[in-house]
Amino acid sequence: MDYNRLLSQKVQEIKPSGIRKFFDIANEMTGVISLGVGEPDFKTPWSIREAGIESLEKSQTWYTSNAGLMELRREICHYLNRRFSLDYHPENEVVITVGGSEAIDLCIRALVNEGEEVLIPEPCFVAYTPVAQLCNAVPVPIVTKAEDHFRLTAQALKEKITPKTKLLILPFPNNPTGAVMRREHLEEIAEVLRGTDIMVLSDEIYAELTYNGNHVSIASLDGMKERTILVNGFSKSYAMTGWRLGYACGPAPVIQQMTKIHQFAIMSAPTTSQYAAIEAVKNCDDDIRRMANEYNIRRRLIVDSFNKLGLTCFEPEGAFYIFPSIQSTGLSSEDFCEKLLYAEKVAVVPGTAFGGCGEGFIRVSYSYSPSHIIEAVKRIEHFLQTL
Amino acid sequence: MDDLFKLLMQNARFTNEQLAVMLGISEKEVAEQIEQYERSGMIRGYKPVVDWEKIDTERVVARIELNVLPKRDFGFDEIAKRIMMFDEVETIYLVSGTYDLAITVAGKTFKDVALFVAQKLSPMDGVTSTSTSFVLRKYKEKNIIIEDEETDVRGNASL
Repeated sequence: MDYNRLLSQKVQEIKPSGIRKFFDIANEMTGVISLGVGEPDFKTPWSIREAGIESLEKSQTWYTSNAGLMELRREICHYLNRRFSLDYHPENEVVITVGGSEAIDLCIRALVNEGEEVLIPEPCFVAYTPVAQLCNAVPVPIVTKAEDHFRLTAQALKEKITPKTKLLILPFPNNPTGAVMRREHLEEIAEVLRGTDIMVLSDEIYAELTYNGNHVSIASLDGMKERTILVNGFSKSYAMTGWRLGYACGPAPVIQQMTKIHQFAIMSAPTTSQYAAIEAVKNCDDDIRRMANEYNIRRRLIVDSFNKLGLTCFEPEGAFYIFPSIQSTGLSSEDFCEKLLYAEKVAVVPGTAFGGCGEGFIRVSYSYSPSHIIEAVKRIEHFLQTL
Repeated sequence: MDDLFKLLMQNARFTNEQLAVMLGISEKEVAEQIEQYERSGMIRGYKPVVDWEKIDTERVVARIELNVLPKRDFGFDEIAKRIMMFDEVETIYLVSGTYDLAITVAGKTFKDVALFVAQKLSPMDGVTSTSTSFVLRKYKEKNIIIEDEETDVRGNASL
């Protein structure tokens, strides 16, 4: 059968990640010392796992309400208030999703119409563009720069706003750059958006992993809550990637439409994970702090090591990645990564995986033990000497 | 427990330079702090965690549970101090429960250890009974898994 003719045109037009081949090779090689993953190395704290087990023992194995367990939504609202001074109503301003990814999907689908523009600061996580394309919206990249510490500036934002602009994606703390928008930077952005009809999807999945002061949500700034959909989840802060649990908070009319899509596509997020998440959000602030402290130790180690190697990087203030420049080697990002993988069996991710402007950079994860990082850096040093 | 101490517990062979970078303090501060741990007796020594299976040396370890009669005025200290004088004794703990002292003894062969118990330990004044368990396999020591390497199941690259 001619599947090309049968399959949806739109889906086929979505570009598969250009570096898929590289990933396939990296993931199949053995003996690799990797700095390539995008998830915590910590195990989910035991009390959370225990809560999941207990829910299974109690046979809590049915669907929950579409928007998620009320107790979980309530605890999330308490948590957001306690940590980030945000005020949401659990009844109608929260929906529990299958990871932050689903929340991103729901938010874009609930908001954009055909032909409307979605502003996406790059380099960034890979999901926003294809979801916008599936909605027949127009993804508009905004390049963020190393000299701005990869922050979105008001100037860059203004340049891309048109009458068709519907939604701004705000992916901070940022994967892959580690950039953080502090209050004063967010204030600049808010100033541009107030008085417009532009909505914000603030992807704050790394909110608990900031190293120079507490994370600030744009939704907590004056006049921004009404135009912001906050996306967060349990994967990164609680080391719960495999549990697939996230959430979105926002104005009730938006959450209502998002919940409608969720209801038809998903029904409800995994019940076991929801019970486990209640324990997480209620009682595990200390675990978050312990892990964040550990990441911070590794962050200092890796930033120092790469700068000593001559692969310079600005000091990332969030997430668990550094984004060093490899321009001094004269290689393209993909060449660098492929050669490093074959020569020294070290896996890192080409910056181009996160948008065209990632050329000349690589993403290095420090979600690894210090001893592992030290060994990987040794190999990279050896690799650079052979170039 | 402070962060420097935690890092040393993870790996006592991090260099002062590496420790300084990880903690965001100077090498001098690291050196001073470690000296302080050592001087105050917080840190009593540094030794590798060894998988003896991989080493071409005959070695047998036994854990021995001892019941002893405490001495008036000295309690268990006196007998514990006499027992720890033997080079064969690697650790000695006073414990709660059904026996008093838990010790580990290392020797070249099962016979060595058995003879040590029979000839040195049991006849000691105040020792009322011993129960010897030979260690057959070591799975984990000082938080380090001995048997198999823990593998990273996360794959080598993901977004």
